[in-house]
Amino acid sequence: MSLLNIQDLKVSFTTPEGEVNAVNGLNLSLNEGETLAVVGESGSGKSQTAFATMGLLAKNGRATGTINFDGQNLLGMSTKALNKVRSQQIGMIFQDPMTSLNPYLRISEQMAEVLTLHKGMSKRDAINESVKMLDAVRIPDARNRITNYPHEFSGGMRQRIMIAMSLLCRPRLLIADEPTTALDVTVQAQIMQLLGDIRREFGTAIILITHDLGVVAGFCDRTLVLYGGQVMEEGQTETVFANPTHPYTLGLLQAVPRLDREELELATIAGEPPDMSRLPAGCPFSPRCDIAMHRCATLRPTLETLEAGHRRACHKPIAEVV
Amino acid sequence: MFSFVVRRLMVAVPTLLILVILSFVLMYAAPGGPFNSERPLPPEVLANIQAKYGLDQPFWKRITDYIWGVVAHFDFGPSFKFKDRSVNDIIAQGFPVTLTYGFWSFVLATVVGVTLGTAAAIKQNSWLDYLAVGFSVGAQVLPNFVMAPILLLVFTLWLGWLPGGGWNGGEWPYLIMPVIALSTSYMASIARIMRSSMLEVLNTNFIRTAQAKGIPMRRVILRHAMKPAILPLLSYLGPAFVGMITGSVVIDAFFSTGGIGTFFVNSAFSRDYSVMMGITILVGTLTILFNLVVDILYAWIDPKIRY
Amino acid sequence: MFPNRTTVEDIENAAALAEVQGRSLWASARARFMRNKAAVVSLIVLILVAAFALFGGFFAQWERDFVDFSLMGRNAHLGVPSFETGHYFGTDNSGRDLFARTVQGTGISLMVGIVGAMVAVLVGTLYGATAGYFGGRVDGIMMRIVDVLMSIPFMFVLILMLVIFGRSILMLFIGIGLISWLDMARIARGQTLTIKNKEFVEVAVATGVHPLRIILRHIIPNLLGIVVVYATLLVPNMIIFESFISFLGLGVQEPNTSLGALISEGAGTMQYGTLWQLLFPLFFFVLTIFAFFFVGDGLRDALDPKDR
Repeated sequence: MSLLNIQDLKVSFTTPEGEVNAVNGLNLSLNEGETLAVVGESGSGKSQTAFATMGLLAKNGRATGTINFDGQNLLGMSTKALNKVRSQQIGMIFQDPMTSLNPYLRISEQMAEVLTLHKGMSKRDAINESVKMLDAVRIPDARNRITNYPHEFSGGMRQRIMIAMSLLCRPRLLIADEPTTALDVTVQAQIMQLLGDIRREFGTAIILITHDLGVVAGFCDRTLVLYGGQVMEEGQTETVFANPTHPYTLGLLQAVPRLDREELELATIAGEPPDMSRLPAGCPFSPRCDIAMHRCATLRPTLETLEAGHRRACHKPIAEVV
Repeated sequence: MFSFVVRRLMVAVPTLLILVILSFVLMYAAPGGPFNSERPLPPEVLANIQAKYGLDQPFWKRITDYIWGVVAHFDFGPSFKFKDRSVNDIIAQGFPVTLTYGFWSFVLATVVGVTLGTAAAIKQNSWLDYLAVGFSVGAQVLPNFVMAPILLLVFTLWLGWLPGGGWNGGEWPYLIMPVIALSTSYMASIARIMRSSMLEVLNTNFIRTAQAKGIPMRRVILRHAMKPAILPLLSYLGPAFVGMITGSVVIDAFFSTGGIGTFFVNSAFSRDYSVMMGITILVGTLTILFNLVVDILYAWIDPKIRY
Repeated sequence: MFPNRTTVEDIENAAALAEVQGRSLWASARARFMRNKAAVVSLIVLILVAAFALFGGFFAQWERDFVDFSLMGRNAHLGVPSFETGHYFGTDNSGRDLFARTVQGTGISLMVGIVGAMVAVLVGTLYGATAGYFGGRVDGIMMRIVDVLMSIPFMFVLILMLVIFGRSILMLFIGIGLISWLDMARIARGQTLTIKNKEFVEVAVATGVHPLRIILRHIIPNLLGIVVVYATLLVPNMIIFESFISFLGLGVQEPNTSLGALISEGAGTMQYGTLWQLLFPLFFFVLTIFAFFFVGDGLRDALDPKDR
């Protein structure tokens, strides 16, 4: 049985401008120890899927469907019950390390409270354990620096601290929401390497949410491409990268700058990310799709399985896409 | 931390000095002295009195004497109107009263305001939130001189539950109405500020992190959100405290509590300058000290402020 | 010589464009303001209160300083508000027509509030814009002075001044205005710091425009939005302030009156059963303050929608 199984997830927000549908019927499953990349442009609903899983949706947000984690539905769970899952079962790290740590509390307080609350440790043990974890994410001089405040660390260091904090209870799943977007390129590589090490050492399943396909390639077992809150294509990372079957995936891959090919101009996907309050009835990508047909705008394509684990949602035959 | 306090004090002292000089110059520039009454005194009597109070001395001598008296001995000199009483005597009589109801007003306004504002922010758009918003909007048009007659009307004239005035050593029936009258509008402002800053903090990324860590809501509020949410409030507390002490003028007038306000207004009408100056300087000192405390609190809460 | 025709047209076009853009900014602000029901109702209330203060005198049956000796000492029975006697709001403790006095009191309170706020805003904006524009040491010293002044209990100093230099409305204007400019100075300074780095100011600096001209022509107009909002929120505070002073008997002097003075008189006599003497002025006081706060809030949300 899979560790995480999301069925028909819909997330919508009530705003003064009307209903905004961020996620529209998403299915996803993840096995123990597996790594999954969720790829899409901003506004594709990838972060909201993660927030819905953690019960962190904004107050005006609503989620329907089921999110089964280890046999229990996280949606509709009370906050109290959810607090037992958070941190202990599922850890999460966020996009912006500069603002994700509490600037008014010492690192030691922010880390130790996780252990004192969830594991019932004494303050002293909790701090010792936290220092060990900071060592593991390679924070130099962790023993002394743990009493510092967040603003005394660089962005990359703060993201390491966030990772260490999310791993304190050895969760079975780690959701990393654009963990490297706000960081310098060299630091990005270090963080990704760290996540890879963690996966090997702890056997943690990881969901990596990103818009950067370059990050995905060497890291994730499987890749899920999202657009307009719907799955466009899903499969083994190598398959999706080598044989993309969806025009959007194709566009994304062509938009990745490559050093091994000489191109005059970087390819882009024409048009703008979709307006989530006014999605077309059919395929959300159809307004920007070069090869869209008549029914693409009116009839929503279903996810069809091509071969084991490779699925796509497109009306066009594969031959015409590639 | 120590050097921070010292540096703040170094700003506070000149401020105080400016206040003393300003009020002294104002008094010196006043047309007509305190002893110009309707029935002119014989010149020799006037000269005698002026010599007694040192008013015949040149300006620089008077001001240095005064400042020295204030700084070295906390001596604000004699009252111009009450023959046998010094300004210090008058302050000693009225100030404890003012400080008592001022203190309780401050505590009440802060505690209720912060609690109400926080609760409203947590339960945004609930009946509690609407109640808090309604109260903070409604009460801001109820300054002490509006609250006081309303309270008197209801609780003394109509219901007869509370005494209409007097102090009686600060027993609680005598304390209730002054404290409520003085604190209501500040309570409203504090609740308002607290609500909006708490709402802002609850929307930050680090609160989301705390929730993702599975920390119970109570602890998220108290441990993670309270400190940053209370910072914007701190800079309001200084003026609020001064406002409550100043409100003494109204409270004493309505409830005959005999605080420092009574003496200030009386001395204002009888041109008893030395009493007015003494009280002004005292309140100024309190203001400066209070602002100092607020600054220190600020530095203590916000780790990014270097001492 | 005629100036080059195309240039003139260009300038006109640019001006027209600027006007259109300017209008659309203010138009959208107005649309947002109009959607705020509390603010719109309050604005109407304010207009009515102002009309009451301006034209209420025409409806008064009695001069505001005429003492109705026939009522003296029997106020509680004969001075009650009634249409028959022409004392719509009853009489005050000295037998004067409370309607006429409330009309005048409202007018004076409004005037003190508005003039006081204008003084504060004018001084504060100029001071803050200057400090923010020059920055560096000038800014440091100027804001230090504001800090120092902020810890002086001005209410007491103002009372001291009123006692020493005599009680007059002019003194009150100056005193109240001068106390309240400090906050405005801080706000204006903060805004100036951000405006200063905008391109159009940098261009003006680079082309050697005189600093005073830059402040007056480029900085101040861009502060207008926040100044308007602050001024609107300041007026009710000024009215409260004036009422406080008048309440103590140090503000507006007889035979003139203000809402604060009327509340004070009414509060002093309420145990004699002449409750209307308190309630009528109190009603207008609360109404005016409320309306100003709501309008100010509405303006702030309309001009700065992100501030929420």
